[in-house]
Amino acid sequence: MSRIELRQVSKRWGDVTAVEPTDLVIEDGEFVAILGPSGCGKSTTLFMLAGIYVPSEGEIRFDKAVVNEVEARDRNVGIVFQSYALYPHMTVRDNILFPLRFKKIPQHEAQFRATAAAALVRVEELLERKPGQLSGGQQQRVALARALVKEPQLLLLDEPLSNLDASLRMTMRSEIRALQRKLGVTTILVTHDQIEATTMADRVICMSKGRIEQIGSADDLYHRPDSLFVASFIGSPPINRIEGRAEGGRFLAGTIALPLRGAAAGDVVLGVRPEALRLGEGDLSAMVTDIEPHGREAIYHLTTPLGELRALEAGATPRFAVGARLPVAIASSLVFDRISGRRVAGATLEAGI
Amino acid sequence: MMRFVASRRAVDRALFLGPATILLALFFLVPVLVDVAIAFTDMGRNLKVTTFTTENVERMLGGDRRLSHVMLVTLTYVMCTLAIFNVGYGLLLSLLTTALPDRAGAFFRAVWFLPRMSPSVVYALLWSWVVAPTDYGLLNQALGALGVAPIDLKSNAPMLVVVLANGFVGASFGMIIFTSAIRSIPQHLFHAARVDGAGGLSLVRHITLPAIRWQISFVTIYQALSLMVSFEYIWLLTNGGPFFDTTVYALYVYRRAFENGQYAYGAALALGLVVIGVSVAMILWRFFDMRALLQKPRIEVG
Repeated sequence: MSRIELRQVSKRWGDVTAVEPTDLVIEDGEFVAILGPSGCGKSTTLFMLAGIYVPSEGEIRFDKAVVNEVEARDRNVGIVFQSYALYPHMTVRDNILFPLRFKKIPQHEAQFRATAAAALVRVEELLERKPGQLSGGQQQRVALARALVKEPQLLLLDEPLSNLDASLRMTMRSEIRALQRKLGVTTILVTHDQIEATTMADRVICMSKGRIEQIGSADDLYHRPDSLFVASFIGSPPINRIEGRAEGGRFLAGTIALPLRGAAAGDVVLGVRPEALRLGEGDLSAMVTDIEPHGREAIYHLTTPLGELRALEAGATPRFAVGARLPVAIASSLVFDRISGRRVAGATLEAGI
Repeated sequence: MMRFVASRRAVDRALFLGPATILLALFFLVPVLVDVAIAFTDMGRNLKVTTFTTENVERMLGGDRRLSHVMLVTLTYVMCTLAIFNVGYGLLLSLLTTALPDRAGAFFRAVWFLPRMSPSVVYALLWSWVVAPTDYGLLNQALGALGVAPIDLKSNAPMLVVVLANGFVGASFGMIIFTSAIRSIPQHLFHAARVDGAGGLSLVRHITLPAIRWQISFVTIYQALSLMVSFEYIWLLTNGGPFFDTTVYALYVYRRAFENGQYAYGAALALGLVVIGVSVAMILWRFFDMRALLQKPRIEVG
């Protein structure tokens, strides 16, 4: 177990910067997720921690010791790859034994630990099979066992669930979470799936274009996003974005003017979560153009004077039909500076519009 | 109507398969049949057949005392060239050049590919100059600079010259096949193995070699067969000499038939080579379990 620290760590490939200088501290035993779209630098960061890539600049510290020059094999890190990367010519047992082969461990102890690791992820029945004879979920468990067998000080998970089907993904999510709590190993999960990140990790690090956009809990990222990027990336269906101007205590968009407080004059983007739109209330006129029923809730596509908006309403049966005209109210909103994309703290529409 | 369709189908088949079948028959099947026929005659330099006989086959199977020596020479030549160069050195080259940056790797592969691209006569001539016994031979010049007296490699170690000359050409075949095989190994396997604690040599042993097992088997079988039947470089360099010291089986066939004019005996010997070739191929096929390669995997690997 250890405390991981990044100090001004960056990675460049020629002229392309994959990771901008980044500072980050991950506490001993913590489970964090690095969340971001593909190409945001999250996997590069992970590979730098694993020792597969060497940082261009900055320091990576494991428990105060700088490990930049330490080879991957000497870092005592366990990693699960998106493709699992099981050795195809070895049996499950040999795959799990592989990391122990390079440590001076007596044969019987190695066997014992491999069996224990297999039992931990419940693949002890499969020890004599080859990876090609396993299902995706089984391969995933074997990859976990192989990563855990050497009792790593840091466990890295690179999109470990993205190749599993939806129901298995849910099971594995809670299993990995429980396993991490039990072992107390410092764990970093890289994912582009917000549900995965928010449900599994203690803290979520949201990355975009090689930079950390925000670090926080699921609640922070959803309700108090620092930037328009985070607000748009987190949440499904995504937040409604309405471009306009803040001027004299009002939000102006097209012909509409809404009372706004806390924002200085300038170009802004109003962010409205789909569930913050109240149907059948207020005085914004809207027309339903489409309805997506999801069983437990329904998503309405609305045409309004503020543009196309998506609203989410709980309830098994939709209350309105396609083509219906209805009033809509904005119950809560976030305000972002249009140029910088940063959230204007404290700014919001007056309640009850 | 049905009859028309059926006959149409037959015509199509003949049209599509005909040309290739004719070519195969003409250049592969007919020569074998002609060879078999000649092997059982007394055809000599005058190309006249006076009688049919099994004398040639009997001579090959027991009467020819030189043949066992030729077989030993062939075995030495094939084994050494195959193991040291065509597979061993080809593998080493592919491992080293894929470990280098792309451009440097491509450069060295191109250098090692040159012998294959140069005409065999020119290539053999270059080797003759390298090992020329006078002071002017490249090898002797190099030795001279070190203060060593000139040596005559072609007379004293002819097999070494033959293996080197063939090996320098042969290594490139394996090199190309192995290089593309190594390139197709998923990078994440190397990453995983490095994180798991493997160093450079362990990566080769536990990841690279198992992954290119089939390519190694294929190159071994294929090159064993082509070494067994090829003799052009030997013929150009040493003409099988001194005496019969570098006369491999294929060259022995040539020398008996075209130098001594014993066409019928040459044909019988060639028939023997076909039998040996097929047997070796089948044994190696079994040994490397190539059948497993051609089987479909039982489960799709995702």
